[in-house]
Amino acid sequence: MSTEILETPASPATQFDIDRTAGNFSYPEQHEFDAGTGLSHATIDYISNVKGEPDWIREFRHKALDVFLSKPMPTHWASHDLDNIIFNKIRYYLANAQKPTRSWDEVPDDVKRTFERLGIPEQERRFLAGVEAQFDSEAVYSNIKAAVADQGVIFCGSTEGLIKHPEIFKKWFGKVIPTGDNKFSALNSAVFSGGSFIYVPPGVKVKHPLQAYFRINAENFGQFERTLIIADEGSEVMYMEGCTAPKFETTTLHSAVVELVAMKGAKLQYVTVQNWSANVFNLVTKRAIAHEEAEVKWIDCNIGSRLTMKYPGVVLKGRKARGEVISIALAGDGQHQDTGAKMIHAADETTSNIVSKSISIGKGRATYRGLVHIPKHLKGCKNNTECDALLINAGSRTDTYPAITVRGTGNACQHEASVSRISAEQIFYMRQRGLSEAQAMSLSVNGFVNDLVRQFPMEYSVELKRLIDLEMEGSVG
Amino acid sequence: MSLEIKNLHARIAGNGTEILRGLTLTIEKGKVHAIMGPNGSGKSTLSKVLGGHPDYEITDGDVLLDGASILGMEPDERSRAGLFLAFQYPMEIPGVSNANFIRAALQARMPEGEELEATDYYAQLYEKMDMLEMDRKFTARSVNEGFSGGEKKRNEILQMLMLKPKYAILDETDSGLDIDALRVVSKGVNSQRGAERGFLVITHYQRLLDYIVPDEVSVLVGGRIAMSGSKALALELEAKGYDWIKEDAAEPACA
Repeated sequence: MSTEILETPASPATQFDIDRTAGNFSYPEQHEFDAGTGLSHATIDYISNVKGEPDWIREFRHKALDVFLSKPMPTHWASHDLDNIIFNKIRYYLANAQKPTRSWDEVPDDVKRTFERLGIPEQERRFLAGVEAQFDSEAVYSNIKAAVADQGVIFCGSTEGLIKHPEIFKKWFGKVIPTGDNKFSALNSAVFSGGSFIYVPPGVKVKHPLQAYFRINAENFGQFERTLIIADEGSEVMYMEGCTAPKFETTTLHSAVVELVAMKGAKLQYVTVQNWSANVFNLVTKRAIAHEEAEVKWIDCNIGSRLTMKYPGVVLKGRKARGEVISIALAGDGQHQDTGAKMIHAADETTSNIVSKSISIGKGRATYRGLVHIPKHLKGCKNNTECDALLINAGSRTDTYPAITVRGTGNACQHEASVSRISAEQIFYMRQRGLSEAQAMSLSVNGFVNDLVRQFPMEYSVELKRLIDLEMEGSVG
Repeated sequence: MSLEIKNLHARIAGNGTEILRGLTLTIEKGKVHAIMGPNGSGKSTLSKVLGGHPDYEITDGDVLLDGASILGMEPDERSRAGLFLAFQYPMEIPGVSNANFIRAALQARMPEGEELEATDYYAQLYEKMDMLEMDRKFTARSVNEGFSGGEKKRNEILQMLMLKPKYAILDETDSGLDIDALRVVSKGVNSQRGAERGFLVITHYQRLLDYIVPDEVSVLVGGRIAMSGSKALALELEAKGYDWIKEDAAEPACA
């Protein structure tokens, strides 16, 4: 199917000013906007034109593409599976419309059905302050409750953010994660679309979470959302994201960049529950800057995908800033969860905490990579790292690569790691009480992550339990 | 109605050594049948084989639960059919609360789509815990994790009281119990005695049988029943040891 659009958009950039729907011939009813297959400077002009972006962003994208092309694949340390991503067979931009609707009723039916099955509008009514639902490259629906918007909170997509709020957007965009941070942050910087832009004014405490839902629906496609969240002085906000994709025969690429800024005394929590299908390469860069006495907490939950590489980080820039990463990874058969955390201490009396739990099933592989950096001139810094791995089957695999640099005399760091197995005796004991093998496995796995799951918002912990149950059912007999 | 063990032969899977060698025994509903025997006679193997432990394979014989063979059933199917095993060494399940575990076990017995009623469940759980003199805090603690030996055994009996099996096998439930715990555990077991339930009590020592008075006592030697009798047999064993039976059992076992 996708081969039909192989040839379409490779024409000079100027043409797109005239025909913004070029490359759209194969699926007129499905994708009004399609940048076609493959990646070149023309692809970038197409995206920039379609979005009606200012020149500074267009230039930013072009430069980023050059950086992406110049950087080698990081296979000297990362999985060689990365070499199986064929960049010229991926479509980089697919959308039906440029502006999300504010009303659920106006969302196209097939898209609406997809999100309704995932429980999105229902959750919004029940416990969310705002919702954004992204379908392929653009958000189809975006809404913030009036009471929250009235407090000055901005919650919109990245395009709207950079066009309507450049004074805030420009100040922080690409500053936490520069284009050249890694090959995939460069790729995202070149072709990003969608994601959230959030600004919380000083002192505003957003009581209920803001949520984004990312759905990949197209084959041979790459989703590159870009999220920037700024919690101004003394404010508080929680953001949650969920991700899914249907299972295709071909590989799909998801490569997001998420930048968080917590100003003095702000509290920012970012919760991810990702359940990509087993053909998705999930290569995401997430980092936060925490200013004086700010607290940033990443709760990162990775289920599914073919290969996930993701190490949420916090740069502890101000005195007494605090960073935390809570990470759960479930590597099913044939999956590789390469996850972890980075804590860069850059001020006195900063503290960080990393708790990572991974579960490997079948021939699944879970890798923990941790970076803790405390330089010599700092005083009173503390890091605590715990990383526990649970192996389910004989062929399951786990690796741990902690990189810890702690210098100076007034700093402390503690690292604990464990690897355990669910024993046959434990399973027999549970089965003797009437639980099936899958139920017993599932209960054990839920028990293993239980202390972390308790920190999740209620709705997400229920969802996580359900996902673990499904995964364990599939892994037994 | 009974749990009928007929000429049961079993060995460790993949290994030639036979541990149960033609064991025949009937546990009738409404009765308590005690099994005693020296170390290595196959007592614990019997309980695991009945539970369907994958380490063992049956080479001959049958086990009938109310007339139907359970040998083709998975361990969890046997449990749901009404067979309960109080383990000699109960396993710890980190992160899973006792209340959730027992609830999951009860839920597994309910028809598809039906949910256990939470308030009824907790009312029952607290009642049984009170009987076993267990502190309420045990509902929230992880199953058996950090429990003392005695607490683990009480917890086994708590699960039995909640699951209400047709046949309960108590595997050396008295081991590691002090006298107070023994009294409490026995009270729990005795409260369950009745026409709808049969017990197989496996023990090393006569002492337990002072509290849970058996209807019948059998002696297991070398993987088969060497002798059966009344409660008096247990007292005789305590006085004389097992050697005199071992000598008898060396003869062909068909009486």
